[in-house]
Amino acid sequence: MRVISDMTERVKEREAGVKAITLDAKGVYYRDLNENIRELIDRGYQEIVLDGVNGQRYIGDGLDEKVTIVINGVPGNDLGAFMNGPTIIVNDNAQDVVGNTMNSGKIVVKGHAGDVIGYGMRGGRIFVTGDIGYRVGIHMKSFKDQVPVIVAGGRAGDFFGEYMAGGIMVLLGSGEGDSPLVGHYVGTGMHGGVIYIKGKVRDSQLGREVRLFPLEEEDRVLLEGLLEEFSQSTGTSARPVDPAEFIKLMPFSHRPYGNMYVY
Amino acid sequence: MPGNLVPGEFLVDIDYERCRRCKRCVLNCGFGAFDFKDRTVADSSKCVACHRCVAFCPEDAITVTRNPLAFRENASWDVNLRKMIWKQAETSGIMLTGMGNDLPWLNVFDHLLIDACQVTNPSIDPLREPMELRTYLGKKPAKLKVGKDDGHYRLETPVAKNLKLDVPIMFSPMSYGAVSLNTHRALAIAAERLGTVMNTGEGGLHKELYPYGDHIIVQCASGRFGVHSEYLNAGVAVEIKIGQGAKPGIGGHLPGEKIGRDVSSTRMIPVGTDALSPAPHHDIYSIEDLRQLIYALKEASGYKPLSVKIATVHNVAAICSGIARAGADIIYLDGFRGGSGATPTVIRDHVGIPLEIALAVVDERLRQEGIRNEVSIIAAGGIRCAADVAKAIALGADAVAIGTAALIALGCRVCQKCYTGNCSWGICTQRPELTARLDPDWGAERLVNLVNSWAHELQEVLGALGVNAIESLRGNRERLRALGLDSTTMEILDVQPAGR
Amino acid sequence: MAFGDQYRKWNVDREKVPSACGLSGVISQDGHMISGDVIIESMGVMRDRGNGLGAGYAGYGIYPNHKDLYAIHVMFEDEAGKKACESLLNENMEVQEAGEIPTSPNPHIEGAPLLWRYFAQPREDIRKTQEIGAEDFMVRLVMNINTTVSGTFVFSSGKNMGVFKAVGFAEDVGAFYRLPDYSGYTWIGHTRFPTNTPGWWGGAHPFNILDWAVVHNGEISSYGINKRYLEMFGYQCTLLTDTEVMAYLFDLLIRKHGLPLEIACKVLAAPFWQDIDEEGDPAEKELLEAIRATYGSALVNGPFAVLVGYSRGMIGLNDRIKLRPLVAAYKDDYLYVASEESAIRQICPTPDRVWAPPAGRPVVGELKGDA
Repeated sequence: MRVISDMTERVKEREAGVKAITLDAKGVYYRDLNENIRELIDRGYQEIVLDGVNGQRYIGDGLDEKVTIVINGVPGNDLGAFMNGPTIIVNDNAQDVVGNTMNSGKIVVKGHAGDVIGYGMRGGRIFVTGDIGYRVGIHMKSFKDQVPVIVAGGRAGDFFGEYMAGGIMVLLGSGEGDSPLVGHYVGTGMHGGVIYIKGKVRDSQLGREVRLFPLEEEDRVLLEGLLEEFSQSTGTSARPVDPAEFIKLMPFSHRPYGNMYVY
Repeated sequence: MPGNLVPGEFLVDIDYERCRRCKRCVLNCGFGAFDFKDRTVADSSKCVACHRCVAFCPEDAITVTRNPLAFRENASWDVNLRKMIWKQAETSGIMLTGMGNDLPWLNVFDHLLIDACQVTNPSIDPLREPMELRTYLGKKPAKLKVGKDDGHYRLETPVAKNLKLDVPIMFSPMSYGAVSLNTHRALAIAAERLGTVMNTGEGGLHKELYPYGDHIIVQCASGRFGVHSEYLNAGVAVEIKIGQGAKPGIGGHLPGEKIGRDVSSTRMIPVGTDALSPAPHHDIYSIEDLRQLIYALKEASGYKPLSVKIATVHNVAAICSGIARAGADIIYLDGFRGGSGATPTVIRDHVGIPLEIALAVVDERLRQEGIRNEVSIIAAGGIRCAADVAKAIALGADAVAIGTAALIALGCRVCQKCYTGNCSWGICTQRPELTARLDPDWGAERLVNLVNSWAHELQEVLGALGVNAIESLRGNRERLRALGLDSTTMEILDVQPAGR
Repeated sequence: MAFGDQYRKWNVDREKVPSACGLSGVISQDGHMISGDVIIESMGVMRDRGNGLGAGYAGYGIYPNHKDLYAIHVMFEDEAGKKACESLLNENMEVQEAGEIPTSPNPHIEGAPLLWRYFAQPREDIRKTQEIGAEDFMVRLVMNINTTVSGTFVFSSGKNMGVFKAVGFAEDVGAFYRLPDYSGYTWIGHTRFPTNTPGWWGGAHPFNILDWAVVHNGEISSYGINKRYLEMFGYQCTLLTDTEVMAYLFDLLIRKHGLPLEIACKVLAAPFWQDIDEEGDPAEKELLEAIRATYGSALVNGPFAVLVGYSRGMIGLNDRIKLRPLVAAYKDDYLYVASEESAIRQICPTPDRVWAPPAGRPVVGELKGDA
């Protein structure tokens, strides 16, 4: 694989002495690409820039180390799956199953992302500037002090937060187009965690297990912190949070199916 | 010679140490099996094992067991056959019984297994994702014509009135007279709450139930009991009852004991007379006569959907083709396991064919003739659980109807003594002290619970099948597999054996 | 690797092979001619969606010199089948030109059947006696050949278009059929991951009847009833793959029943009762209720993303809860639809707009001028 520049001596603004390298990934099969990435990490590289990515799957899959991967192009499915620590920055759209069962780390997508993002996510951050697809945040869960977070700048499709068991999702709804802010079955089966949406949602769009709650001061503080982080990571501007613009969705029971069975 | 050669079927035993002499059993037994003479005494010969006494004894002091009197085993001469002969030798009467076929004929439903999705196709979570059971019964056009009007698409084909069901489960026809008014009330209230329908049966519709008309199918049977113009317009659909699974080819029989004042005025016949429905409709001797009656009823009812109820017999496919072409909008198929308040045992147990097979051949024949859209098919006769519902729909039914299951929900033990009018549970009796026992609101809630349970179970099955609308299971034989059926039956059902 | 009757015997006539896979399509709405290697390149990015057991393409506008003739592509297991088929063809059609479909030997494509194409039109004298239109005549003839001639399958039967499919990976299949030699205004491509044993040539996508070509990702849970419904109208499902019903359903609803395309899509990926109940316009509500009540047996349930090519354009459609991916993009007059955005970006690096069509709503590209 062609190395574009091995900037061993490059000094970054925030972190001095970071070993960085840029690779030309154009036309490289994902097996080779990911193997190379792992090898470079083993050799001590902490920032890997991939140019010409288009459709390669499993980038960042299962990585433990706190490295940064920058992707120029559209990565394939399962970006950062089972990831535990790295930061991945995508300077384009992403595809499906981003952050699948992710444990910790951060994925930033400067564009749209596809379906089933953050499935089973257990910690870390996924930040998408644009729209996200269907079934985002299914069965996200938090455990002790690990709280996964998904923030999207645009709109979402049906089944947003389906069966959510923990964690935080924020949907900002900006962007053009006439698609609805969020689809149907929002929070269906939700039994933990919280969803914030900037805008209005009809009752008929909500899953049965979810209710609207008023935002408290601690919600405002939380949102502001998250959106500040979001804007810094994505390079977009942050605005102060006006609680009146947001709705908060939470499950009203931890055991929504307690009465379902008869013995 | 001893008068009664037939030993009682059951033995009632009272634990006198527990009995606290509250006399509830005496009051509750509709069959007079208990008396109190300084202590509770039971006459086992009168016991029908309806369990009312057991349910109401506060001390659990009563046990009802099978009379342990030993008979020499004989695979050919089942004990019941011997008893029947004793009874017939005594009376020279036709053996009468109630409810549905109780012989161990092969149950086709119990030999069908349902598919589930794995790997290549996701199953769906019915709790969290949409799962649609809504069903429309009635004539459908073969195709739609859609035009454009001012930029919007508009329907141009006229569509016939259909019956809308929120669940594909309805209540079978059970006549007022065979069952109590409170039973009818419970069915009507439940049908309204569930968004489905009940059926008057051949006894007419009590005035009090007219407000529930949007959830009632009014039946016109061969005895034409209670059939007048107001009645025909009271319901949401009209049904011609040609036959029923419990007694194909013969008419209904309501003994005079069950014709009290209310039943008499609803059926519009004198008190105390026997209400006998003729075997055929005497204005239907051939298929063109059926067409004539169908349109007569449609004219009288403002062209509401018209259902024709038949028992499933050998040439049921051809019959249904005729019925569809005669103008019916719905065909109600009552399988040979269907129940009744009173039916001759020989007919109940030996006449007719299984619902599953009838469904398969009727559905296929109508498709072959290109007229499946002309009628909706209701399947009834031994629908016992949600699995049966799913299998019936997969074989081709648009909806199912439950009779026995509904009565069981109301407390019925299927003791088969409905024709006596002594039902201790107050269901199929007209004795006021017994009918008072069934509270319609309580009954309605039980029926609603039952149908809701089955609806949820049906949704679980659909979810496992990876479909989220009932129409994708309807007629989809591909999702069934047979286990232990002979190859001809499988061919007729058009169901593959498990493994293929 | 043999195909056809051997596999059908193994499978027993009834088993269907579920489809899983990747698809891609492009149309130039201004009618620019696109070379076949473009679609091959797009499919190459999605190699991992297939398992090499089937792939195929359909191109429209590829036979400009025979625009008004039916281009019938047939695969034969043996000469006997070819003879029987040709005899049937000659009885019913005037065959103007016949020849092998040009192919290039490819080390990854084995066991090829005989592949022939015939440019023909219906014999008027025969058609008139059957008292049906030319298109119904063709459908009847194709169903007849596929059900009666052993080891023979007509796999393409439209005008100025053609389906090319085989057992193999998409790139190999494209090279095998020499697709870079053709250009067309619409191309659709597919790579397959069949889980049932054979990849057999007939089972690869696209599925075709007349000028309808369908590629499909997903599995049709309602196949059993869709098939029985179609059989009522004379369609025979012989190709053991559930996608077949999609092609016939489009033909039935749009060509035979005359439903507008958008309405046909509402039959296949029907709106939910919950949404119909909330519909404010009573005429619209009446229409939607009638669609669901009348066409319940044509509702396609189960996960699917399909691309349908037809003479005038291309349709992309998802199932009603979007269980399969589908991405669309525009650049000038070009519309792209594919399972993954990267498949589009490979052949269109800087689209004007990229978006994911919502569940059940078709994305349509149509020629502005004549076909």
